[in-house]
Amino acid sequence: MTLSATVTKRLSSGFTLDIDLSAPPGITMLFGASGSGKTTLLRSLAGLIRPDKGRIAIGERVLFDASTGIDVAVQDRHVGYVFQQAALFPHMSLRENIEYGLNHVSGEDRRQRVSTIAESFHIAQILDRRPAHVSGGERQRAALARALVTEPSLLLLDEPLSALDHAIQSRIIDDLRRANEARRIPMIYVTHSHREVYALGERVIAIDDGRAIARGTPHEVLDRPEQSVIANLAGFENVFDARVVERRERSGTMECRIEGSATELEVPLNAAQVGASIRIAIRAGDILVGIEEPRGLSARNVLRGRLVELAAQGPAMVAVVEAGARFIVHLTPTGAESLHLQRGDHVWLIVKTYSCRTAAIQR
Amino acid sequence: MDWHAISLTARLAALVSVILLVISLPLAHWLTFSRRRWTFLIESIVSLPLVLPPTVLGFYLLMAMGTRSPLGRWWNEWTGHPLAFTFEGLVIASVLYSLPFAVQPVAAAFTQIDPSLREASATLGASGFRTFARVTLPLSIEGVVAGLVLSFAHTVGEFGVVLMVGGNLPGITRTVSISIYDHVQALEYQQANETALVLLAFSLLVLMAVHGLRRRPWAAAPIA
Repeated sequence: MTLSATVTKRLSSGFTLDIDLSAPPGITMLFGASGSGKTTLLRSLAGLIRPDKGRIAIGERVLFDASTGIDVAVQDRHVGYVFQQAALFPHMSLRENIEYGLNHVSGEDRRQRVSTIAESFHIAQILDRRPAHVSGGERQRAALARALVTEPSLLLLDEPLSALDHAIQSRIIDDLRRANEARRIPMIYVTHSHREVYALGERVIAIDDGRAIARGTPHEVLDRPEQSVIANLAGFENVFDARVVERRERSGTMECRIEGSATELEVPLNAAQVGASIRIAIRAGDILVGIEEPRGLSARNVLRGRLVELAAQGPAMVAVVEAGARFIVHLTPTGAESLHLQRGDHVWLIVKTYSCRTAAIQR
Repeated sequence: MDWHAISLTARLAALVSVILLVISLPLAHWLTFSRRRWTFLIESIVSLPLVLPPTVLGFYLLMAMGTRSPLGRWWNEWTGHPLAFTFEGLVIASVLYSLPFAVQPVAAAFTQIDPSLREASATLGASGFRTFARVTLPLSIEGVVAGLVLSFAHTVGEFGVVLMVGGNLPGITRTVSISIYDHVQALEYQQANETALVLLAFSLLVLMAVHGLRRRPWAAAPIA
């Protein structure tokens, strides 16, 4: 079943959402800054707000059509919704929360479904606790289980992991991917985090000021940021404050020392004078890792460091390398495997000068 | 001790509180969650007894219950006796007079509920009534109890409205506060004091109950 929606909604603030989207089974990321209209779109799909114009349908089933006056009530849409803050009922145990949407299901079947979903989201041991007595990650797992156990025909996720730390995020993302493979329903996942987009998304729609500004795979949308909005959002995993130590007008570069370390990086020349503070941003995917000192390379920045962490994150491997400063590096799993990387290994980082973006620090 | 007055007052207050509970749940729900523009009008009317002098309210109620008004005439034809100066008349007057004390705590409790909880309930397929019964009501039980207790206490303590609408008929409309007033008028300070002490102790107990309820046993921990 594919979700197809055209939604126009003008809010009293003057903000206008005007978007059309088509989401086949699988995870579609809706990526944008806060205030871009992501949540308004999600609420329209769920029926929590009524669009001014448009049409929303899942397969052949029409949920909303302004031209014919169809507007299926929220409770009859079979659309799962996971809120940013989980929105678990605080006076019920996790089990009662998950059972909440199954009141039409017979007792034996209900128990079976609750225990199956609790297993797959790793909360089977804590089902009898109240939401106040479990961790933030467990709350969000329970919220996902509560929405999925009703077998919705569409799942809407409103920044469900944004309040959690990265390690917990990636474990929940793995569970969600697995749940999604089993069900194959359209899932719309709202986020402003490029990490989540890379880790989860099969497709991304970038939205800004109520409009879709780019669509495609995560790499198509985030790596070619023609729009400055996406560039700003797309994020750089490595951001360092540094000081200019030397300007090389002739080569069009300058040497900068990362604050609090002896590590120096060559970056493209800009107007900053020697001694000025600048900020250097580097994408984790723009850094190469070597296990021997590389030779015969054009790259100017070759740093020796030690691998302090290596973990899988969705489809990618994330390495943390201590090289005076901490660098975050993305590798492919096969890349990491072929180097036989182990925690504690000495490695070399290679960064092209033009992979270093700079900005003046306002003080 | 005027046990007649005390038992009459207790019966009146209990009946009024139950009626108010039945009225205030849907009314507070509508006032809190309706998006209609004129809710403020109903809200103002409901809270009118808070600012209106009881004698003014009592006066208009007396007029409305008199046999010259349509309401009074209808009641007279239906039951065979007038509404003013009866226990029934007193119940109606007290319900109106204590309405804001029942509606406001309930509405305040409804407002406290995180809107996403009610939305989550709807997305899980729950009807409006199921959302009310399983989510809204359990999470505002404190406000409902406070409304119940306050309307009981407020009915026990009313004086002006009772005097205007009910008069002072022993066993029918003579409530505790009227009885105290009577004793004082007759310079029977000892009797007045006995009854007054009962009211004082009762009021204190009520307030302790209301304040004691002001802790949320299942409040969620601050979300990380």
